[in-house]
Amino acid sequence: MNSVSSQPQNLTWPSGRFLRRFGVGMSPGRISALLAAGLLILGFLPFTKLGLVVNGLILGSVIALGAIGLTLVYGILKLGNFAHGDYMALGAYIAFFIVDGVLPRVGIEGAGLGPFTFGFPVLIALPLTALAVALGAIALDALIYRRLRDRAASTAILMMASLGVAIAIRGLVQLIWSGETQHYPRESRQVYHLPMDVRIPPDGLFVAVLAVVLVSAVYALLTYTKIGKAMRATSDNPTLALVSGINTRQVVRWTWGIGGALAAVAGVLLAVVQAQLLPIMGWKFLIPLFAAVILGGIGSPYGALIGALVVGVSMELSTQWINPSYKPAVAFAIMIGVLLARPRGIFGDAA
Amino acid sequence: MALLEASNVVAGYGETEVLHGVSIKLNAGQVVTIIGPNGCGKSTLMKAIVGLVRVRSGSVHFRGVDISGHDPEWIVRSGLCYVPQSDNVFPSMTIRENLEMGAFVRRDDYQSRIDEMFELFPDLRRSARRKAGTLSGGQRQMLAIARALMLDPVLLLLDEPSAGLAPALVEGVFNRIKDINSAGVSILLVEQNAKESLRMSDRGYVLSGGVNQLQDTGPALLDNPEVGRVYLGG
Amino acid sequence: MDIGGVIDYLIGFAIMAMIYAIFALGLNVHWGFTGLFNIGIAGFFALGAYTAALLTSPPPDPDQFEDFIFGGNLANQDLLDLGVDAWFLLGLAAAAVVCGLVALMIGTITLRLNDDYLSIATLGIAESVRFFFLNEKWAANGSKGLYRIPKFLGDVIAPESYDYLYVVVVLVILLILFAAVQRAVRSPWGRVLRAIREDEVATAASGKSVFRFKLQSFVLGSMIMGIGGALFAHHVRFLSPLTFDPLLATFVIWAMLMVGGSGNNIGAVLGAFVVWGIWAGTQFLPGILSDPSFRLFMIGVLIVAIMLLRPGGLLGEWRRIVARSPAHSSDRDPAGPD
Repeated sequence: MNSVSSQPQNLTWPSGRFLRRFGVGMSPGRISALLAAGLLILGFLPFTKLGLVVNGLILGSVIALGAIGLTLVYGILKLGNFAHGDYMALGAYIAFFIVDGVLPRVGIEGAGLGPFTFGFPVLIALPLTALAVALGAIALDALIYRRLRDRAASTAILMMASLGVAIAIRGLVQLIWSGETQHYPRESRQVYHLPMDVRIPPDGLFVAVLAVVLVSAVYALLTYTKIGKAMRATSDNPTLALVSGINTRQVVRWTWGIGGALAAVAGVLLAVVQAQLLPIMGWKFLIPLFAAVILGGIGSPYGALIGALVVGVSMELSTQWINPSYKPAVAFAIMIGVLLARPRGIFGDAA
Repeated sequence: MALLEASNVVAGYGETEVLHGVSIKLNAGQVVTIIGPNGCGKSTLMKAIVGLVRVRSGSVHFRGVDISGHDPEWIVRSGLCYVPQSDNVFPSMTIRENLEMGAFVRRDDYQSRIDEMFELFPDLRRSARRKAGTLSGGQRQMLAIARALMLDPVLLLLDEPSAGLAPALVEGVFNRIKDINSAGVSILLVEQNAKESLRMSDRGYVLSGGVNQLQDTGPALLDNPEVGRVYLGG
Repeated sequence: MDIGGVIDYLIGFAIMAMIYAIFALGLNVHWGFTGLFNIGIAGFFALGAYTAALLTSPPPDPDQFEDFIFGGNLANQDLLDLGVDAWFLLGLAAAAVVCGLVALMIGTITLRLNDDYLSIATLGIAESVRFFFLNEKWAANGSKGLYRIPKFLGDVIAPESYDYLYVVVVLVILLILFAAVQRAVRSPWGRVLRAIREDEVATAASGKSVFRFKLQSFVLGSMIMGIGGALFAHHVRFLSPLTFDPLLATFVIWAMLMVGGSGNNIGAVLGAFVVWGIWAGTQFLPGILSDPSFRLFMIGVLIVAIMLLRPGGLLGEWRRIVARSPAHSSDRDPAGPD
């Protein structure tokens, strides 16, 4: 908390400076409306497929859940957490363990719940997994990062440690569940057919709705609760937070808790939409995560949300022209573009 | 008994020792000003008192208790609040939220305290929903002081509250400080603007090179020719 | 295993360990001396290896390489007879240049910004390079990979003695690079790098262009990595995008530098031998100990433990690191002492 050797940007809700230049207000609502309108227009353009935009929004929802946690940790602890993707993978596998190893013993099994490919067990596993990863993230902080902060280690040392954590988690996941592909018990389901050749898999709808719910919850927490405001304050100005008497240890615990829980849910949802689990899935997801965070301005959860949707849609739209396996490279290209044009992120403070 | 008594405080950053044994004393109800050239350790002394910088040797007694070695949160709870010289607001939060953060450790209903702050700084009430980062320098300074006052502190530490403000605003800030003091809050002040601050001080200290140089009552220091020559440009 | 077999094994081990030592040296220039956080070593590894391989490999056999149109057969064209395997050296140089250019590009974009961006960008480059070679079959045969990469002096030397020759080649190049890095970091230029690592703000205040020095260091370290990649290509003589997974092409190298000690060139080389020794040795262990996943886990734990206990590494510039941490301590305020 105390290391202020290189403070990245502050946690900011979008100041929307660049939008203001166009005479548009800066409220989050307006920016989302603008974004939605933009995407819709994009979708109706003759050369894009609306279906890809829909896929992109689903992918973007998953990225958003990961990126919001990443940006909170980044803003509040000044740590670019390279293990965040692996927290996601860990979540996906813990849920797999619950669904595959625990629940069947008490007679809870199943797949193909309603329109969805997955079953009731996944719904039970989701909150348990979120809790487990949240506690795990808090424990890792107490074990590793807090000691480094107390010693006032540089941000590079913190990031290096997080890289070690990332590697260790992946090794552990691979050791326990093998490097082979796994999947939650699933039954194939019909996709919804909409006009304009849009097909929405019901799972995708579930992912999007759950993401909206969780993001709203985080928004409410940060805006209306005491601890949420304290988190923003700590991100804004850690030293002042300290001398305001803010319990920064509590803030740190909440930050990891929220980040870990969201990452876990993101991991499970990723495993659902990809219909498979792989130990490397989280590491592979790091680039889209960081791209979303940087696009949105480091430390800005709302920016991360918008950034995630933009990255998700761009990744999916790109498949119209280039090989789909380049999707992560598209995220990377967006990130480089942002760094060139507006390093603080589109929605970050231009401070 | 002194409200605040720092004795032979040694502190610094990394390998650099900035304070080599500074002692100051402040009695309840007083305004005490510390002046000195740049780099003499004024701000470091404040940070040492409030727990941001570790006190390597010596002691800091506040209300008879040695607070050195405690973390800032504990010290703040004990009734000693601090306004840093720069970066003293939460820029992305509204004025009201800034005040709420100042009251973080309060368990009671602090709404009335917020209203009192708005009485004291009417400017803030008008823009309560504005983000602190968008405020002017003067408003920001007012907000910073108001934030520190939210806890009803016994002692307020102000690090150069007039720094960077237009002369017209400086007077306003000092008037507010006088108001706060007359409401019973003791004040420890670090100032470049020595004339103005010494005039209202019960006691003044001159630091130089991390040690005490001179101390006297405020007005007496003002009249001291040496102080005048070096610090008051007179 | 007879004595001859043991010696052959040890020679093979030494070649790999020395190639890794070259990477550790490059990473030491980045992290150890300048504090640049490159977690995309695999990208430079792959670029260096592919560059050398494509320049020196024989013309593709159309039956096996249906999509493979990039010739890479320059070395075997008569039009440029450079004598005894000068192409090998040219390949090394080209690998260094390509990696240097890529580093120049990323560095120019990210090094002006906050430190963190460089690391994220290197991660992105590593993945992008992998995607490229995986997807663009015309460039390097995709996932089937490049094989029959020529040996250095392959026409002259008997196949069974190749490793004996190659170990000497790698040793010589390692020694040259070691001497060069050692010289560079002891020069005034190197002192500026360390000053940047210790206190960037103060260095900038003293009038040095921190950005330029960081960029030079990033390019230099990356070029060294390119050479390491090229040497690797001529050793294993088969490359596929899967060769360059982050574990063996990035994380292991970090572990080597961490064990050896950042900011210490001898440590970097020793660390390469120690970690590669452990890595190669543990595959003979029974049960879980030889499990690659377990070893991956242990590498992660090792990095965290070193960060916690000896951030300077086991042989590191210990004094410096100790001296360094308080400067970043809670004492420090953005405003600094007054």
